[in-house]
Amino acid sequence: MSVPTIATSRAAADGIPGSAHSEVALKARASRRSGSFRPKALIPIVYILFLLLPIYWLVNMSFKTNVEITNAFTLWPANPTLRNYAVIFTDPSWYNGYINSIIYVVLNMVISVAVALPAAYAFSRYRFLGDKHLFFWLLTNRMAPPAVFALPFFQLYSAFGLIDTHIAVALAHCLFNVPLAVWILEGFMSGVPKEIDETAYIDGYSFPRFFFKIFMPLIASGVGVAAFFCFMFSWVELLIARTLTVTDAKPISAIMTRTVSASGMDWGVLAAAGVLTIIPGAIVIWFVRNYIAKGFALGRV
Amino acid sequence: MEKTWNNKAWFFVLPVLLLVAFSAVIPLMTVVNYSVQDTFGNNEFFWAGTDWFTELLGSARFHDALIRNLVFSAIILAIEVPLGILVALAMPKKGIWVSVCLVLMALPLLIPWNVVGTIWQVFGRTDIGLLGYSMRALGIDYNYVQDPIDAWVTVIVMDVWHWTSLVVLLCYAGLVSIPDAYYQAAKIDGASRWAVFRYIQLPKMGRVLLIAVLLRFMDSFMIYTEPFVVTGGGPGNSTTFLSIDLVKMAVGQFDLGPAAAMSLVYFLIILLLSWVFYTVMENAGRDRAVKETAE
Repeated sequence: MSVPTIATSRAAADGIPGSAHSEVALKARASRRSGSFRPKALIPIVYILFLLLPIYWLVNMSFKTNVEITNAFTLWPANPTLRNYAVIFTDPSWYNGYINSIIYVVLNMVISVAVALPAAYAFSRYRFLGDKHLFFWLLTNRMAPPAVFALPFFQLYSAFGLIDTHIAVALAHCLFNVPLAVWILEGFMSGVPKEIDETAYIDGYSFPRFFFKIFMPLIASGVGVAAFFCFMFSWVELLIARTLTVTDAKPISAIMTRTVSASGMDWGVLAAAGVLTIIPGAIVIWFVRNYIAKGFALGRV
Repeated sequence: MEKTWNNKAWFFVLPVLLLVAFSAVIPLMTVVNYSVQDTFGNNEFFWAGTDWFTELLGSARFHDALIRNLVFSAIILAIEVPLGILVALAMPKKGIWVSVCLVLMALPLLIPWNVVGTIWQVFGRTDIGLLGYSMRALGIDYNYVQDPIDAWVTVIVMDVWHWTSLVVLLCYAGLVSIPDAYYQAAKIDGASRWAVFRYIQLPKMGRVLLIAVLLRFMDSFMIYTEPFVVTGGGPGNSTTFLSIDLVKMAVGQFDLGPAAAMSLVYFLIILLLSWVFYTVMENAGRDRAVKETAE
């Protein structure tokens, strides 16, 4: 993209050739830009308000009693109560859901990143027979609808006696998380110059020592971003996780639906459970906030 | 980067290959297996050939779900991509507000999908939800449980709420990677805001936009949990998208053959459309690059 292109196209568009270059026009433009009120800032503010409004409503409901939720329409809790949260934290069938979710999400994260690391290294450093086809085939798994896999997964894991275990869900989620992790890590690894590998070998490093001592620290942020996306997609997925679990490894988001069938809807507890599922995500985002933009910038999601 | 030819690299790829083969190829083979057979239970199977496929491709139920899903994806792309670009352009470039914006905007992305559904199901209810209640107070007849149009609006607004941030984050990442020198040059030339967008920002965002469009298309075409929680596919069949229909068929009615045939056709449609999107946008990008060098 060259500068003259902008100038000519601009002048052509305005039909006033030359005037765009004048000192006056430049100054006028500069003063307009640096005005203290920037209506532009309204766009993100309005957008964020739109995002937060439904979340606020959920938080609001979680502090209300069921009587208040169904009988009175209030914008904030009139009699704030912690009963809904107390129900969740004192009933093992509720809080075990969180533990189950976290166990299989972490398992999945570890497995995905661990197997993706060597593969991504191979893709970023070497050409080998069928490499391009393999890479594309991996990515097609990201396009597979979970609905297609729900039933075959159930039969496959039944055959291995893995139904209702954390590892089953963790392995099933590898379907879309491993390709993703390979894709992200490959991007980060390609950014590390190859000379570093060669220098290390000349210095007498063995491959494992080089990989863990020198290479891993260089792509640490890439590992972080990959782990973040694995966490994200495993945490939000429900269809497969629900299909593969009965009670012992049931994720919290599946347990939540229980309140729907209970005699009379327990809206307060439902809202509290929902709020608690938002919190781990919020914490994780806070930690990786500086890397999100970079991870996306590689265009590898 | 110059890559060396080394077939031993296959050993590095082997773990991934085995894992994905276990979690993708074996289940997919099961699907293929079912799609060409019929069963009356008791684990007895009969060869059915391509019967399920011919039946599926001629069935009105599949056509309707497919059209609904295509229309849904088209609307989603038409709203989320421009909106995402707009928000990304207006975002602050440095300072504490960047972190605040990023964290708040990424929040919906990390909410489990059925919780997203629950949030909107509650939010839209006319008795206890803020949105439904306000609509009724304003005298608008809004009821997503009974009115198909309202159900569609709710599901679309929910998806915009849920996923626009992904487009924003991608575009923002593309924007911050543009060197300051480009803007200074544009300023000296007195380029208009539109020219800066059209000739600097848009081309530089091309790659991330491609990813955004692809991801949003794929995910909106596979959508299941959120509309299922909010509308359950109703009222009637008005929000029954392909995934919802498929799960109904496979798990609800246990029609394995037709469900398997549908799975394969469904998967192939996604692959084909994604490939078309990818090629078209890649070529568009290349044409532009050629034109630029020609100038």
